[in-house]
Amino acid sequence: MKPTDISKPSYFHKVVDCQWACPAHTPVPEYIRLIASGRYADAYMVNWQSNVFPGILGRTCDRPCEPACRRGRVEENNGEKPEPVAICRLKRVAADLKGDIRARLPRPAASKNGKRIACVGAGPASLTVARDLLPLGYHVTVFEGDAKGGGFMRTQVPRFRLPEEVIDEEVGYILDLGADFRGNTRIDSMKALLGQGYDAVFVGSGAPRGRDLEIPGRAEAAAHIHIGIDWLASVYFGHVSAVGKRVIVLGGGNTAMDCCRSARRLGGDEVKVIVRSGFEEMKASPWEKEDAQHEGIPILNYRVPKAFIHDKGRLTGMSFELVRAEKDARGRRRLVPTGQPDEFHACDEVLVAVGQENAFPWIERDCGIAFDDSGMPVLDPQTFQSSLPQVLFGGDAAFGPKNIIWAVAHGHEAAVSIDKLLNGEPTAERPQPAVEVISQKMGIHEWSYDSDISGDTRHKVPWASAEKTLKSIRVEVELGFDQQTAWKEAQRCLNCDVQTVFTPKLCIECDGCVDVCPMDCISFTANGEEPELRARLSAPALNAAQDLYVSASLPTTRVMVKDEDVCLHCGLCAERCPTGAWDMQKYLFETSKAGPACRTRVPTGEPA
Amino acid sequence: MTYHAKPKLHHPSLARNAVGLTRRDYEGKVSTLCAGCGHDSISAAIIQACWELDVKPHRVAKLSGIGCSSKTPDYFLRNAHGFNAVHGRMPSVLTGANLANRELLYLGVSGDGDSASIGIGQFVHSIRRGVNMVYIVENNGVYGLTKGQFSATADQGSTSKRGVVNADQPIDLVGLALQLGASYVARGFSGDKQQLVPLIKGAIHHRGAAFIDVISPCVAFNNHAGSTKSYEYVRQHNEAVNRLDVIPCRSEISVEYPEGSVVEVEQHDGSVLRLRKLAAGYDPTDRAAALNLVLAHDSRGEVATGLLFVDSAAHDLHQHLNTTEVPFNRLDAAVLCPGAAALQRINEGLR
Repeated sequence: MKPTDISKPSYFHKVVDCQWACPAHTPVPEYIRLIASGRYADAYMVNWQSNVFPGILGRTCDRPCEPACRRGRVEENNGEKPEPVAICRLKRVAADLKGDIRARLPRPAASKNGKRIACVGAGPASLTVARDLLPLGYHVTVFEGDAKGGGFMRTQVPRFRLPEEVIDEEVGYILDLGADFRGNTRIDSMKALLGQGYDAVFVGSGAPRGRDLEIPGRAEAAAHIHIGIDWLASVYFGHVSAVGKRVIVLGGGNTAMDCCRSARRLGGDEVKVIVRSGFEEMKASPWEKEDAQHEGIPILNYRVPKAFIHDKGRLTGMSFELVRAEKDARGRRRLVPTGQPDEFHACDEVLVAVGQENAFPWIERDCGIAFDDSGMPVLDPQTFQSSLPQVLFGGDAAFGPKNIIWAVAHGHEAAVSIDKLLNGEPTAERPQPAVEVISQKMGIHEWSYDSDISGDTRHKVPWASAEKTLKSIRVEVELGFDQQTAWKEAQRCLNCDVQTVFTPKLCIECDGCVDVCPMDCISFTANGEEPELRARLSAPALNAAQDLYVSASLPTTRVMVKDEDVCLHCGLCAERCPTGAWDMQKYLFETSKAGPACRTRVPTGEPA
Repeated sequence: MTYHAKPKLHHPSLARNAVGLTRRDYEGKVSTLCAGCGHDSISAAIIQACWELDVKPHRVAKLSGIGCSSKTPDYFLRNAHGFNAVHGRMPSVLTGANLANRELLYLGVSGDGDSASIGIGQFVHSIRRGVNMVYIVENNGVYGLTKGQFSATADQGSTSKRGVVNADQPIDLVGLALQLGASYVARGFSGDKQQLVPLIKGAIHHRGAAFIDVISPCVAFNNHAGSTKSYEYVRQHNEAVNRLDVIPCRSEISVEYPEGSVVEVEQHDGSVLRLRKLAAGYDPTDRAAALNLVLAHDSRGEVATGLLFVDSAAHDLHQHLNTTEVPFNRLDAAVLCPGAAALQRINEGLR
């Protein structure tokens, strides 16, 4: 193998699994360290820079970081069940305990730059665009069909998961930057909007249409069958305050979980989730499924809805075909009937949460924006520009339903595109990230990060009592970590951003690092081709998704090979190294946001 | 040296041996030696060898004297018995323990100061008597704990870190052990675990006095140009006379080697030492040849390493003394005090 080029920003970024997995590339270990040292406001601001809604995301994020977390790999065979650091709930701690941070937020621009931007919808994507552009002097108008900003976060995510004051606060931070917010203003014509002379239009209108289920009985029993996201919004607006005693929720995504738990709180004594796929393949996050089951809601899998059964329009139940998963010749999973008789489930109401669709009835197809066959706008995946360069899409409106954190990431990129576009720069040239590499060495055995490894298993977030939370839809279920538990959970973080940096010319090949490494990740061996090399290291490097760090040739003609996969970043290799060939260096990676930094290219840091 | 305990987390593929232990279970406390010390590599080699041989840690007695080397038993086999003796007196404590309980595995760990200077008298007699033990000298040619004076194994003409030339003749512990009748004599290098681990395994299988001299560079005081015990010097002048594979009695021998390139020595317990010959015509069962080879390499400034001599038919101290088979701690009162009639018989025999 060739020596690893550690000056490439992506090399060490990839080692920070959580940050690499986060669509907005939030520097997770950095803010976890701040939480550990009680600097909640600082931790909040690190989050706010990257993901804009720390308080909201700390409760609702889909957490792509957590399955990626290295802790979940190194605890394997060490604990009952390997679990990642509770990154998401630590984020919430920062938001809960930060105090008043308003003085640290950017101020509304002192002078405007004369450029006008329209954002359609006030969901996370649009608000991110507004936040990135407002301090730069852009005039940003945010159009929202509802009275208040927040979009899906406000109207579809139920209050027992996300209190409204958190939304008010974090949406407020953005609108207070001087946004021109137009509530209760639904845009119904793109042509008309384009006619108003905006320099750029950002469409962040979400995926507002819930998919329906056209099976027998749907029309006849319509009065008792509701589309999940519409029903959740009705609950939010107070149009729905009760539900039948027996409720069936169809679907296996997070919306289905929100529906069933909401129904449970509005009088549904017997709520079931019934899903086509297997339990494991459900789209809902594992913890959301757990939360639903914890509230006594059974999840029945491998049942395909066949018909709504009704008695002269009064819904009495549903019938389901029983299926099982089989792999076909090409190895694809498909559901085949088991041949057993159909199953009947009695119910009074059904909530259909089988997916969402994009809908752009308000965009005239002849206004210059190209759409593909499936009705989605044709976009540049990097710049988020449509075929009309000054019209951009982001969030669920861009590539279909995803999660808040993706909408934020889209918003940042779209803001960069807008900023470059309106400054006459090519939008296809994306800005380099800002990278900082700092040695953590303080003394002979002292590091400026806490290198000791905690043996704790994941700490549970306390819940409010079930009888209290099931009585009201407004009582938040999760209570959040207290300071002490937050500290303990923060100790589980391995500081994967503190990188092991190897300088071959200093190495005397004493084997000190090899002997001390608790994870057997370091080898000194003859070089070879990657697959063969992976098999003959101190411990086999079986996770091909994780890189090998290979040094230049050493005096004995061997090379140092480090398997990044399970490294604890404990720094013992560097402590055992007599010559300083190993050093622990903190690697801070920040994506460039809209503003001068994205326009005039910044040089990347110089990793030693 | 580090202040933190080594984390308990380990590689997911870490395996267990026949006695249900992982390699990590054979570790000890975290080392407080200088970073880069060769001794830590020797500890790692002992850990590896004991794990591979399914040694039960509580059936091991690790004994040492004074010095950097003699600190190391704290850093491996945390569940073994240990004794940290007075400077240079480890061999006699080991001999005594061995006489009291012959069923343990005796691991003597010493240094060049402990064995070649203050304790040389103890060292030579434990070897001469054929105590059944593994005697490892972690040899760095320097007094590290007192900041770098030459030890008795420092080569004539080599220089100290400050440039002083050593005028004295060195004591060659390997030559001494050969002359004194050690029945397993090897030399290794802390920087070459592939060689060292089998040498330790072979010594553990051996019955009798097994002596291993391990060149172990002192990074703090003896790793400079002019030293003959530095990583660089030993790597450049290391002449491995053979490569050893230790084959436990149970396993089948499957690899074929060209005729004449391999010497196999069966030990008393049925295990086989297979020596892949690197030096032409070298016979590891010929004591005189071994001495010659060591001296010849020495005169060329080379360091002969590998299994230099083995006598698998050797007897140990217990056989010499015709001692009881049963360890003292299992001899009950009836055996120890056979009664007045037995005493009467003995007395009669002496009249």
